[in-house]
Amino acid sequence: MQIIGNNGVNIEVLLVEDSPGDVRLTQEAFHGANPAVHLNIAADGAEAMDFLNREGKHARAPRPDLILLDLNLPKMDGREVLAKIKTHSLLKTIPTVILTTSDAEADISKSYQLHANCYLRKPVQLDAFESLVESINDFWLTAVRLPQQS
Amino acid sequence: MTIIGGKGIPIKVLLIEDSPGDVRLTREAFRTANPSIHLHVASDGVEAMTFLRQEGIHMNAPRPDLILLDLNLPKMDGREVLARIKEDDLLKTIPTVILTTSDAEVDIAKSYQLQANCYLNKPVQLDAFENLVKSINDFWLTEVKLPKTAAVPSGKM
Repeated sequence: MQIIGNNGVNIEVLLVEDSPGDVRLTQEAFHGANPAVHLNIAADGAEAMDFLNREGKHARAPRPDLILLDLNLPKMDGREVLAKIKTHSLLKTIPTVILTTSDAEADISKSYQLHANCYLRKPVQLDAFESLVESINDFWLTAVRLPQQS
Repeated sequence: MTIIGGKGIPIKVLLIEDSPGDVRLTREAFRTANPSIHLHVASDGVEAMTFLRQEGIHMNAPRPDLILLDLNLPKMDGREVLARIKEDDLLKTIPTVILTTSDAEVDIAKSYQLQANCYLNKPVQLDAFENLVKSINDFWLTEVKLPKTAAVPSGKM
């Protein structure tokens, strides 16, 4: 059994996020929480699918251990990205966490309908955001058993 | 917006577990972690589905905010319970956490295939088990936005 993050093995996280500011904050927060996390970035929904399907410039992309997905994205909406992941026989087992500023009940309910693994609200306050990233690390990358890389 | 657990609204967790010892330990760990949790128990897979579909003796069962599901259960296996929950349009939005002693890769992979929300290994050590229950509370019942339980009439929030 391989424990991710130990023995110098990186934990691959795919962050699907179009705001460069949020990307940077997430990067810094993960760096603080767990240096073994390697954060891969896709700036829109179409790029996220290229990354996951290893197409084009992402031909050598790793399979992520965890996906953090914003809902409002250019080119392909986060809801559509989520639906594509969760209906794909090889991709559906990758835990996909919605991380968005929206707290609309319709978005929460729709995300769970589409089999998001969980829904987290991105806080505006910086310290709250850092502590949320820490919780993601503590729960998803420490307590949870993730499916093995294949 | 309704915050679950706030204003005296209990958080309803359905634990599907056949071992009375594990039920008791889970109950005690949740009582310590968060007293506003109301733990409901179904001791086999058939009873779990009866509870979730509000049938028979569970006619007045509440809709749980979170389900904790063991894999190895009498009458109806946990994998089948999971498949039924995640194929049911009304039940599929309830976060369903696998909580089992199995750490077989095949069980982990199969659970995520069936759209389990996450997979947790039940530790044998008591303090590790208490910590795990605390992390379930801290993450799922604190950080996570859960779907609203349908019972709250809109416009009354």
